[in-house]
Amino acid sequence: MLGIEVRERPSILKDRKKKYFRKNKGNYAWAYFMIAPTLIGLFILNIWPIIQTIYLSFCSSGDFGKFIWMGGGNYVKILTDRTFWQATVNTFLFVLLSVPGAICLSLLTAGLLNSKIKGKALYRTIYFLPVVAAPAAIAMVWRWLYNKEYGLINHMLLFFGIQGPGWNTDPGIALASIAIVAIWSSVGYNMIILLAGLQNIPKSYYEAADIDGANPFRKYFSITLPLLSPTLFFVIVLSVMRALKQFDLVYMITGIQNPAIRQTRTLVYYFFERGFEMDDKAYASVIIVFLFLIIMLVTWFQFIIQKKWVYYN
Amino acid sequence: MNIKHMFDGKINDKMVYGFLIHTILIIGAVIMLLPFVWTVLTSLKPLHEVTRIPLTIFPEEIKLENYSLAMATLPFINLYINTFVMIIARIICAVVFSSMAGYAFARINFPGSKILFYLVLIQMMVPAQIFLIPQYLIVAKLGLLNSIPALIVPGLVSAFGTFLLRQFFKALPSDLEEAAILDGCNQWQIYRRVMLPLAGASLSALGIFTAVFAWKELMWPLIVNMSMNKMTLSSGLATLIGHYETSYPVLMASAFIAIWPMLLLFVIFQKRFVEGIALTGTKG
Repeated sequence: MLGIEVRERPSILKDRKKKYFRKNKGNYAWAYFMIAPTLIGLFILNIWPIIQTIYLSFCSSGDFGKFIWMGGGNYVKILTDRTFWQATVNTFLFVLLSVPGAICLSLLTAGLLNSKIKGKALYRTIYFLPVVAAPAAIAMVWRWLYNKEYGLINHMLLFFGIQGPGWNTDPGIALASIAIVAIWSSVGYNMIILLAGLQNIPKSYYEAADIDGANPFRKYFSITLPLLSPTLFFVIVLSVMRALKQFDLVYMITGIQNPAIRQTRTLVYYFFERGFEMDDKAYASVIIVFLFLIIMLVTWFQFIIQKKWVYYN
Repeated sequence: MNIKHMFDGKINDKMVYGFLIHTILIIGAVIMLLPFVWTVLTSLKPLHEVTRIPLTIFPEEIKLENYSLAMATLPFINLYINTFVMIIARIICAVVFSSMAGYAFARINFPGSKILFYLVLIQMMVPAQIFLIPQYLIVAKLGLLNSIPALIVPGLVSAFGTFLLRQFFKALPSDLEEAAILDGCNQWQIYRRVMLPLAGASLSALGIFTAVFAWKELMWPLIVNMSMNKMTLSSGLATLIGHYETSYPVLMASAFIAIWPMLLLFVIFQKRFVEGIALTGTKG
């Protein structure tokens, strides 16, 4: 990628290098020393916790933070837990409401910013602003915009004679309202990655198409999209994963004691509720193991169908 | 009929396209900016002005007390310090440990390197919430709940950073270390003197990525630190939900206090931010 080709090295150098490694077994010691902090940390903070979470999912939460082994009981219990199934449905619904919109808008803005226009840097900055704002803060801002009586959105609708709903309290639309915020705050991020992908497409393809007299749409669908598809695939996989793990916006926008929570509760929100508000960490572990399986399945599925549409050179 | 004929050929296709593109982009920009602008405008109005119909766009009377009221509702000085310390500590850990491990994985062919690298990849592929309960139990066992170190714990090591830096070091040409090897440097010296100085762009990308990620984090600070003085900006703001719901100007002042530092940093260093995100995005 740096434009450096791998050259055949003179054999003397190769031998010297081999000898160097043979003589200096100490270099392996350096390697272990250098990976030690990361690996120890990974083991304690990540690998062991995965095992422990799976273990906890087979336990029940006792008093004083004790966990008692009970086999698959939690898994049986969760299958009949209506709240869990509702949360699963909500999570998938949230993916469908947020990801396609965000991807389309990111593609559109990236495409427009890739043309020869003035003020590119300014647009890029503005679109990226929501990405660096903490979800907790922007959720508060959107709560205010969504406010039924005094929110800006309903004020604007009133201007057209429409009485707007309670965007974050009406159970029928609360999840869509959260999806809008998710789209708003992720377009800039996706756009930057897609823009980098667009800039990697060699100009010569377009020149060839110009000679053939292809129109812009033809060029977009025959050149741009196929060559962008690996980047696009990457962005979609990441977006779906992120949407499946949605918590912050639900927590902040729906909030506590909101009638709409039944329709907005995602799996991670339910995990948080069970694990830390109701302090049943064993049951919460089952929820998160389920989510883990869902994410694995969805990602695996995406890798299967990518063969149908992602174009690799 | 084609538009250009109406203007005697003075307007060409290019200008029409340009006009269309700018129109769409400006509409988008307004949507992106409006929530921020509205936050600031609301935060400056007295309460009776925001609950009036029809609404006023610009404040008729500027009420800066909303900001002092917000500062009285939440200990923002503490929240700033906590957030700042957490971010700096996480950046240092990520940059130091990831560059070391990334180098070793990329350039030293030591026994077990493949298997150990899989551990790094596993961490990147599973949802972070799966670590959450055990991490919480560890922090609780160490008696670190409600402390600043608790905020740093999940960021002590960065699998993503290790991966990113490994990709970077792997792409460097091999003649670089050969000269150093002939000079008799050991691997640490090669890393420290030859390789690390080249990694500036990747390290700053990792630093930015780590900072933005930590800045946005909500669930972890929410569960480990319940006492107000040990919270971060995000978790502190979350405590306002369900309380003070009707004093919108104060709420918006609070939100703005929590938003502006990173916005400012971004506007100043935007080139680095954007390059960093593009790098982490295309490599990750």
